[in-house]
Amino acid sequence: MTALLSIGDLSVTYRRDGAEVAALKHISLDVATGERFAIIGESGSGKSTLALAIAGLLPASSRIEGRIDWVPPSPSRGAKDRQSFLFRNSLPLGGRDIGFVFQDPSASIDPVMTVGKQIAEVAHAHLGLAWRDAYTRARDLLERVRLPVPDAAMRAYPHQLSGGQKQRVAIAAAIAASPKLLIADEATSALDTIVQAEIVALIRQLVAEDGMALLFISHDIALAAELAESIAVFRHGELVEFGSTAQVVSAPRHAYTRALLEAHLGLDVEPLLRQTGT
Amino acid sequence: MSGPLLAVSGLTKRYRRGGKIIAAVDDVSFHIEPGETLALAGPSGSGKSTIARLMLRLIEPDAGNIEFEGSEFLSLNGAALRDRRARLQMVFQDPLAAFNPRATVARVLDDPLRIHHIASRAERPRRIAALLERVGLSPGLAGRAIHEISGGQRQRVAIARAIATKPSLVVLDEAVSALDVSVRAQILRLLLDLQREERIAYLFISHDLGVVRAIAHRVAILDAGRIAESGDARDVIDAPQSAIGKALVAAAPRLPRIEQDAS
Repeated sequence: MTALLSIGDLSVTYRRDGAEVAALKHISLDVATGERFAIIGESGSGKSTLALAIAGLLPASSRIEGRIDWVPPSPSRGAKDRQSFLFRNSLPLGGRDIGFVFQDPSASIDPVMTVGKQIAEVAHAHLGLAWRDAYTRARDLLERVRLPVPDAAMRAYPHQLSGGQKQRVAIAAAIAASPKLLIADEATSALDTIVQAEIVALIRQLVAEDGMALLFISHDIALAAELAESIAVFRHGELVEFGSTAQVVSAPRHAYTRALLEAHLGLDVEPLLRQTGT
Repeated sequence: MSGPLLAVSGLTKRYRRGGKIIAAVDDVSFHIEPGETLALAGPSGSGKSTIARLMLRLIEPDAGNIEFEGSEFLSLNGAALRDRRARLQMVFQDPLAAFNPRATVARVLDDPLRIHHIASRAERPRRIAALLERVGLSPGLAGRAIHEISGGQRQRVAIARAIATKPSLVVLDEAVSALDVSVRAQILRLLLDLQREERIAYLFISHDLGVVRAIAHRVAILDAGRIAESGDARDVIDAPQSAIGKALVAAAPRLPRIEQDAS
């Protein structure tokens, strides 16, 4: 398999109140073309720092060491095509090669721009489409993310949509330039369970149809296991376990992974209420 | 006192939105026995949180009755309402939003003890230390600011504050939804311990059926302001009858069960 994204020995340190805090420590991982890859971890695990590092969105005060290589797939594969970059210098990505979906769509969507324009803008800027064509593409995308009445949604403002609909718009904007990689950082965490399941199904379908790789960042190991082929478990800025979903879920090697699996409250485990004998 | 601890009947709250009248809560009835946990589950917009706000009288209903500890809760006013509120407490999803972030832990716990005349000024520091220990926190935390402690610690402080007035019923509105999974399990165990020892009843509001099944005796599943079905939590979740119950169960994330070879 070809690595699309290759991260080597990446460390990120934040400065906070004069002290240095290590947010990521010597992380190495590869995401292959078309692969569905999950990163799971709790607060402070560094999982969102990783997403920001790949996006080139880390604050200027943070110290970054290591490398992030982006390998655009091309017909003539080879070492020569490998573009190595230190992300603060050159960004091959930003919306064109990598699409981002974050937890709170209201924070990433412009509240005073129509839904149609925000999506069209991505296609206009990154694909060089004329505005008319960009709007046509935006309307097609709204249909692909299954927004009811796409024509009306084109003219709607974000506040007129529900949380789940806003996240669909954010996904449409993220994939508007046909990126090779979609990064979803807690993209369903603010949604209720039913809408979450719909959005997960939508993401699964879109990455399959477009051959996109997926980096799915979540605190929920069960949700990640339903979607991803491989899972990396992060804790306190370190990668503690990595493997195929089947291996991580059924034969975890690290005690922390086992603790996460045990803390999952599935619908098929003995209720706590009965365990304590109330 | 005979009869249930809490009996809600015909509770209705309507909002006007864009010229249309929408029933956020539509003729909802339920009851809770002493020491029992009733969960209200349902998707966003099903009316769960509106019911919590009605229970606390943060908003007034258009119709319905709430009978709590044998008296008409909705007709109480002034001192009588304040007294009864000590018995009905609340824990929210985000304690950082519920508390003054710059207040100390001690200050947050001092308020209910003072307002409800539970302990004299001289006695309060000892009571605060005991409350912190009761929820599994070090009394040394008393001097720390709310914004300095972790999310799990803050939710324990919120629980300590809720039990400070010796309530018979605590309304928990998505109280564990924002916590890390490992912390969530600890908080659920704490709630079960408190219930067993102090016989506190819970109205446990959550969109997460996994959590509901773990902690609740009974569940009522809400859809568009109405109760779609209710019953024993395990029975309802293991074999839901309503369309919304089935949809919620189908949407719950499941760990794949991968059979391991004996070889």
